[in-house]
Amino acid sequence: MSRPLAPRATAALAAMALTVALGAGVAAAVEPDEMLSDPSLEARAQHISKELRCVVCQNQNIDDSAAPLARDMRLMVRERLSAGDSDEQAKAFLVARYGNFVLLRPPFQPNTWALWLGPFAILGVAGAALVFASRTGAVDPADDAVEDDPLS
Amino acid sequence: MTLSRKMLLAASLAPLLVFGVLAVALYFGLQQDPSTLPSVLIGKPAPAFALGPVRAGDGGFSRDDIRGKVVLVNVWGSWCGACKMEHPYLMELAAGGAPIYGVDWKDDPADGAKTLKMMGDPYVKVGNDQAGRLSLDLGVTGAPETFLIDRTGRIRYKQVGPITPEVWRGTLAPMIAKLEQGQ
Repeated sequence: MSRPLAPRATAALAAMALTVALGAGVAAAVEPDEMLSDPSLEARAQHISKELRCVVCQNQNIDDSAAPLARDMRLMVRERLSAGDSDEQAKAFLVARYGNFVLLRPPFQPNTWALWLGPFAILGVAGAALVFASRTGAVDPADDAVEDDPLS
Repeated sequence: MTLSRKMLLAASLAPLLVFGVLAVALYFGLQQDPSTLPSVLIGKPAPAFALGPVRAGDGGFSRDDIRGKVVLVNVWGSWCGACKMEHPYLMELAAGGAPIYGVDWKDDPADGAKTLKMMGDPYVKVGNDQAGRLSLDLGVTGAPETFLIDRTGRIRYKQVGPITPEVWRGTLAPMIAKLEQGQ
């Protein structure tokens, strides 16, 4: 038995959804005094910052994090870009200090092959097993019904 | 049909096998502390630096100060609680002749100096890294962290968190002894 939501509950839900939606837009922790005067450079800095992990908070990117170390890292990205680094060079600068861990998206390299390809390998094996099983009729329910031992 | 029975048995054991493998892998995963990151800087030369003073009228701390020596570089701050817990043990080690140098990280030099005056000063040399530049070059993620640097200026070990008697006796002291014998 399901009743329609009371109007007040609906309004509360809508308010919550709105809060979440608005909150997502203003979550960045970049302070005005950190920003570069060149808008295109600043846009690149923010884009890079979203891909870098705050190493103190670990599951936040440095663009979102209010941690003092994240601020230092943001400033460093901006310093590198201002010095003429490419996006990749600016990221590599921090990777050289903090390791690949600082990248929120792990790179595709020999020690991450299992990470990237594992799910597809498992899917392939499972698919093959399924095809094989259905062909040989191992899971034929009729077979089962006849041969099953009684439970007790 | 004996063949399909056998296969049915194999198929029903597969989840158990997968569970077993996962359980073992996750069990070992639990033993690792996810907040301790391996340093990529082990074996690499320490960055160049020249830090301003913390103690009034002192020359600060620069890389030239540790050239040709086996030293510990301790990253700390007056704001850091775990550093305060570590401090008495650093005093003890320094009294025993351990070569400990300090980097006062993201701290007002006056606050750092006050802490050293209050709690004692275990450092051969200590410099202020208020901007966090050296600490960023060292890949510091929190305080305290301590780097073991050899005679050639290479980082040999990174201790994340306070130096405890266990860490000192089990890791740092033997490594230092070995590095000092090495040449």
